[in-house]
Amino acid sequence: MTRIEVTVNGVRRDAEVEPRQLLVYFLRETVGLTGTNVGCDTSSCGACTVLLDGESVKSCTLLAVQSDGREVTTIEGMASDGEFHPLQEAFHRNHGLQCGYCTPGMIMAAASFLHENPTPTEEQVREALEGNLCRCTGYQNIVKSILDAAGQMSGVKA
Amino acid sequence: MGDTRVRERTRGGIGEDVARIDGLPKSKGAFAYASDLWADGMLWGHTLRSPHPHARIRSIEISAAVASPGVHAVLTAEDVPGKKTYGLEFADQPVLAWDRVRYVGEPVAIVAAEHPELARRAAARIVVDYEVLPAVTDMKEALEPDAPKVMEFGNVLRHVRIVHGDPDADADVWVEGYYETGMQDQAPLGPEAGLAVPAEDGGIDVYVATQWLHVDRQQMAPCLGLPMEKVRVYLAGVGGAFGAREDVSMQIHASMLALHTGKPVKMSYGRAESFLGHVHRHPSRIWMRHGATRDGRLVNIRARLLLDGGAYASSSTAVTGNASTFACGPYEVPNALIEGTGVYTNNPPCGAMRGFGAVQACFAYEAQMDKLAAVLGIDPIELRLKNALSTGSVFPTGQVIDGTAPVREVIERCAAIPLPPEEPTGPATRDPITVPGGAQNVGHGEGLKRGVGFAAGYKNTAFSEGFDDSSEAWVRLSAGPAGPLVEIRSAAAEVGQGVYTILTQIARSELGVERVILDPSDTNIGSAGSSSASRQTMMSGGAVQLACGAVREALFERVRAREASSDPAGELRLEAGQVLESELPLGPIERFLDEPIEETRVFHHRPTEPIDERGQGAIHVSFAFAAERAVVEVDEDLGLVRVIQIAAAQDVGSALNPRSVEGQIEGGTAQGLGLALMEELQVVDGRIRNASFTDYLIPTILDMPPVVSVLVEEPEPGVPYGAKGVGELSTIVAGAAVAAALRNATGRELNRIPVKPDDLVGLAEPPTSSGPPAAPDVPGPRSVPEYFGLGAGQMEILANDADDA
Amino acid sequence: MDVLLPRTLEEALEMKAAKPEALPIAGGTDVMVELNFDLHRPEALIDICRLPELREWKRENGMIFLGAGVTYGRIMRELSELTPLTQASRTVGSPQIRNRGTVGGNLGTGSPAGDALPVLAAYDAEIELASANRARSVRWNEFHVGVKKTALEPDELILGARWRAVRGPGSFSKIGTRNAMVISVAGLCLVMDDDARAVRVALGSVGPTVLRASEAETFVAEELTRSGNWDDPGADLPVDAMGAFAERVAAAARPIDDVRGTAAYRRHACAVLARRALGWALAARREGVGRP
Repeated sequence: MTRIEVTVNGVRRDAEVEPRQLLVYFLRETVGLTGTNVGCDTSSCGACTVLLDGESVKSCTLLAVQSDGREVTTIEGMASDGEFHPLQEAFHRNHGLQCGYCTPGMIMAAASFLHENPTPTEEQVREALEGNLCRCTGYQNIVKSILDAAGQMSGVKA
Repeated sequence: MGDTRVRERTRGGIGEDVARIDGLPKSKGAFAYASDLWADGMLWGHTLRSPHPHARIRSIEISAAVASPGVHAVLTAEDVPGKKTYGLEFADQPVLAWDRVRYVGEPVAIVAAEHPELARRAAARIVVDYEVLPAVTDMKEALEPDAPKVMEFGNVLRHVRIVHGDPDADADVWVEGYYETGMQDQAPLGPEAGLAVPAEDGGIDVYVATQWLHVDRQQMAPCLGLPMEKVRVYLAGVGGAFGAREDVSMQIHASMLALHTGKPVKMSYGRAESFLGHVHRHPSRIWMRHGATRDGRLVNIRARLLLDGGAYASSSTAVTGNASTFACGPYEVPNALIEGTGVYTNNPPCGAMRGFGAVQACFAYEAQMDKLAAVLGIDPIELRLKNALSTGSVFPTGQVIDGTAPVREVIERCAAIPLPPEEPTGPATRDPITVPGGAQNVGHGEGLKRGVGFAAGYKNTAFSEGFDDSSEAWVRLSAGPAGPLVEIRSAAAEVGQGVYTILTQIARSELGVERVILDPSDTNIGSAGSSSASRQTMMSGGAVQLACGAVREALFERVRAREASSDPAGELRLEAGQVLESELPLGPIERFLDEPIEETRVFHHRPTEPIDERGQGAIHVSFAFAAERAVVEVDEDLGLVRVIQIAAAQDVGSALNPRSVEGQIEGGTAQGLGLALMEELQVVDGRIRNASFTDYLIPTILDMPPVVSVLVEEPEPGVPYGAKGVGELSTIVAGAAVAAALRNATGRELNRIPVKPDDLVGLAEPPTSSGPPAAPDVPGPRSVPEYFGLGAGQMEILANDADDA
Repeated sequence: MDVLLPRTLEEALEMKAAKPEALPIAGGTDVMVELNFDLHRPEALIDICRLPELREWKRENGMIFLGAGVTYGRIMRELSELTPLTQASRTVGSPQIRNRGTVGGNLGTGSPAGDALPVLAAYDAEIELASANRARSVRWNEFHVGVKKTALEPDELILGARWRAVRGPGSFSKIGTRNAMVISVAGLCLVMDDDARAVRVALGSVGPTVLRASEAETFVAEELTRSGNWDDPGADLPVDAMGAFAERVAAAARPIDDVRGTAAYRRHACAVLARRALGWALAARREGVGRP
C-alpha cells in the first residue's frame, strides 16, 4: 500500500492505496464518487474523463498514486453551493443526454475545453470532443448543450 | 363569461419538449448505473468462457480455483439448481456449458471472490479439458448436409417462405443483386452489470441493467429452481441497450453465486467481456431480383435472405421473420417470393439490435431500387414515389396496411431538405479537419468527390406474429402536501430512450396534474414488455393512459356525487390542477382527494396472426416509415469518408416529445452510419478479433454530421395519441443512405457494409456469390426448435403471467 | 505490484538499477491499457512523470532535445514551429490522451503505430538513454529492433530524443478508418532538408518498426537536383517523378494484413500520402514557408 495525498473536488484526502489501483477506481470505490463511469478500459471512450490540475485526462489509464499531491475534479465537483454548473443545466435543458453514461465525461471534457476557449464555434466544440464517445445521441444535442453553456457562462462573466 | 374560463394549461404534457426527468441526476453524476451498485460484504463474480468455437468438454477441474485466495464459490453446470438452459425464444442456451461448447466466449464456469482481481485469477486456474470439434462458422456452409451440426436437430433455426401474388409474373426489366452485411455490435457505453442479493425467504433480489425485467425473471427462475415470486428483478441504471440487454447476460450467474454463498454478488463486465457477453446484429447475405415495367412500376420481387444466428437462438427466429417480411421495402409490389433462413453456426450468438432484421433488408432493397432507377433511366426518388406504399396497400404477407402510411410524404419532405453548400475541392483548398480523415491530416482537398444517396424504409412497432406483448401500469392520484400528485408504477425499462419522461407527460395530460413521480421499475408489477421493437411509448404509454383514464373516471364519480351544483350533463375535464365543468372551474383537484385513487390497467395492442405455410397473415401491429438522404465526401485516393449531412424525414404518427424524437433520429442515424462505414465485429474461425473500443470503431463526434430532421405527423388510428414507435427507423435507413451516397460518389458497386477503404479505392473486389443456398427442408413456417419440442421462452412466459393475474 | 515514485532522475536511475524489472510509466496511455487487459503483469512500475529532467525540451547548437516526459499537448502548444511533430501530436488519441501521453511512451512501447515515431525517424533522431552509471545515445533505427522490441537495457531509462534542427518544410499524415481517435493504419512523415539537399520519408504501421524509404529519398533528391528545384523552388518536378517517388515509397513498406487494415491498402496509402506530402513540401518551398 502506498500513502497518497490528493485533493478531490476541493477536499484534501489522505489515503492508503494499492499501487496498481487506477485513479477511476480510487474515485469510485475509495472516495465513493461513482459519477465517473468506466466504459472501455482502453482510454477510448472518455466516460472516465476527470480533470487533473485542471486538465482533462482519462482516469482509467492513470494510477491513483500518480495523482499524489495533485488536484482532481470529478463531475460531483462541478456544482457549487447547490448550484448546478451551467454545463449540467445545459445538458439537461437541451436533451444533451439519453442513457447518460457518457455525460459526466462529456461535461468534464467540455469544461476543460471551455476554460481554454470560452466562446467556441460549433466546429471547435466538435473538435474538442473527439475523445468522448456517445452511443445514444448522435452528438447533436451535446454540441447544442455546450454552445448553450458557453453562452450562459460568458454571459455570467460579462 | 370568457373571463372566468381557466386559461391555464397543464404544463409538461404530451407534445411538449419536456426535459428528461433523469436529466439532472445524470448530468450531476448522481444517477446510479448498474455498475455503481454496491452492498455490504458483497463478492465479485467472474465468468470463465470457452476459448473454442466448438469443443467437447471432457472434464473441468476446479480444485485449484477453489483453493485460490479470497474465493467463495466456483460453480459449473452441475451446480445449476434448476433447468440447465435458458433462452429468449427457446431454452437452447446452457446457463453454463456441459458436454459441449458452441462458441468462443460461451460461459463454462463462474467464480465468486472477494475482489474482482481475485475472482479473475481463480478463474484462470480452472482447468477445462476440451476436445476440439470441427466448427461451422460460415452461414451458407451451415446449410450443407455434411456440415457439423450445432444442434442435434440441425442448423436451421427458421425458414420463412412468403408467396405473394404470382411469383412467376413476368416483368419488362429485371435487376439482380447480391448483398452482405457484417456483424454489428450494439456497443452500449455501459457494459453489462448487476447485483444479486440473497433474500431471507430463500429467494433472490436482482438489480440489473436490462431491457425487460419480466423476461429476465422468467428465464432466471426455472434455472435457479425458484418459484417466480421468489425472483424479484429491479431495474438498475442502464447505460444504453439497443438490443444488447434483451437477452440474459450475468443475471443467472450472479444469482447462482449469491444463492450458493449467501452473500450479495456483483458482476460487472469490462468492455472486452461485454463483446462476448451479449448478442450482436446478424450478419446477412441477401440475393434479390426486382422486376418492373418500363415506366418504373414494380411487378415482382424475388428475395432470398440468409442470417447467421450464431450458436444459440436468442431472438434469431423473430429477426428472420422481420428481415423476410420487410424485404420488399416500403413499396407496392403485386407479386413476390421471399425466402428467409436463419441458421445456427459456431459464431457468437446474434439477436436483437436496433432495426431487428429490417436493417439488413433495407440495405439490399434500397440498393436494388437505385439499380432499377439506373436501368430505367428514372430519377431514384421518382421511382420510389411511383411505387410508394400507402394506406390500403397490401403487404407481402397479405396484410392490408390499414394505418397511416405517409411514404410519399417522408420521401418528398426528406428530398426537399436543402442540400449543404458545395465546398471547394482540389489541393490546398481545405483545412484537413474538414476533409475525410479529419484529425489525421491526410489531405487539403485532394481527390474529393461528393455523393448523395437516398433510402426509404419501414418497420413494425411492437411484437408480431401473434405475440401479445402487453404492458401493465398502476397510477395513483393523491392530495400531496403541495397539491395533487400522480404516482406511476410501470416495469418499463428506461434504457436512455426517454420512456420515463413520456409516461410522466401522459399522466400530466390525462390528469391535468403537473406533479408526477415515477416509482422504480421492478417485477412487483406486471410486465411492461420489452424496451425494444420501438414499442414502449405505444405500449406502456398506452397502459399509463388507460390507468389514468380509470383514475379520472373514479375522480369524476366523486365530483358528481359531492358537488350539488354539478350539472349531470356538463362535461368534466381536468386541467392545470383544476376540475372543470363545461370549461368552468369547479375547484382544485385535491378537494376530491381525501382518499387517493389507484387504478391498474393492462394495455394490449391489437392481436396479430402467426405466419402461415405460404407466409401469409396479418402479422404486424403498426407500420412506420422513414427516409434519409446522406451527403458524403469521399477521398477517392485514400478511400476515406466524411459524411457532410444527413437529412431525415420520419413518420412518427404524433410526436409526444419532439426533441426526444429528434434525439432518437439523430442517435439511430449514428448507428446506421457506423454500420455503413466502420462497425464490424471481425469474426474469423468463430473468434472475434476486435473485441475492444480500440478496434471496434463506433462513430466519434467528427464522424457524425448534423442531422436535419422533419417529423411527419399523421396520427395512427387505434394507438395511444396516434404515436408510432420512433426508435429504430433512422438506423434502418441511415446505413442504406450512406452506402448509396458512397456509390454515387465513386461509381462502385459497394454491395457489402461496412464499406472499407479498400472497397472505395478498388483494391478489394465486391463480394460475389455462387447463388443462394437451396431452401432447407423444414417442418413448417414457425421456428424449427418449436417442432423439436424445445421449451419456448416468451410465449410460455406470458401465458404464466396471465395465469398469475 | 509496486509503484516506484522517484522525484529526480538520479533517484529514478538508482531505483531502476536496483529493480530493473520495473516498467517505466509516464502518461500511462499505452502501459495502463495493457495492464487493464491483464496482458502484462509487471512486478513493478516506475512512475517517471515527475522527473523535471524528462519534462523539458531545448534548442542548443542547432540541435533540438525533446524530453521523454514532454506531453503531446505541450508539444502542440510549445513547439508549433516543428510542423511534422506538431501534426503527429495532433493525431494522437484525443485531448485527454495528449494531456498525458509522451514521446517517451511511444519510444518505450515501440509499436510501429506510435504516432511520433515516424517523425523522429525522419529527423534522424538519436534516442538518449541513461542508467545509474552510464549514458548513451542510439540512433532511432538501432533503438527499435522489432515489433515492440527496443535496445533499452533493463537498468536504463529513456531521457528523450535529440536531432539536428532541419531547415525546410515537412508534414505528418496518418490513415485511420474513422475521422478521430484511431490507431494508425499507415503513417507518413516527410521532411525536406534544404541544407543537406535531402528528403527524408519515414513510414509508420507498415512494418515491424518504423521504416525509412531510403531509395525513394535518394531518388527524389536527385530528381530535385535534376529539375533545379533545390536552387529554384519555383522549378517544377516532372509529374512522373512524383509518381515514381510515390511508388518507391510504397515499395519500402513491409505491411501485413491485420484487424485494422490490409497490407494492400497500407501500401497503396503510403503511395498516396507520399505524393501528397511531397506536393505540400514543394508548394511550401515555392511559397517560402518553412524557411527561416
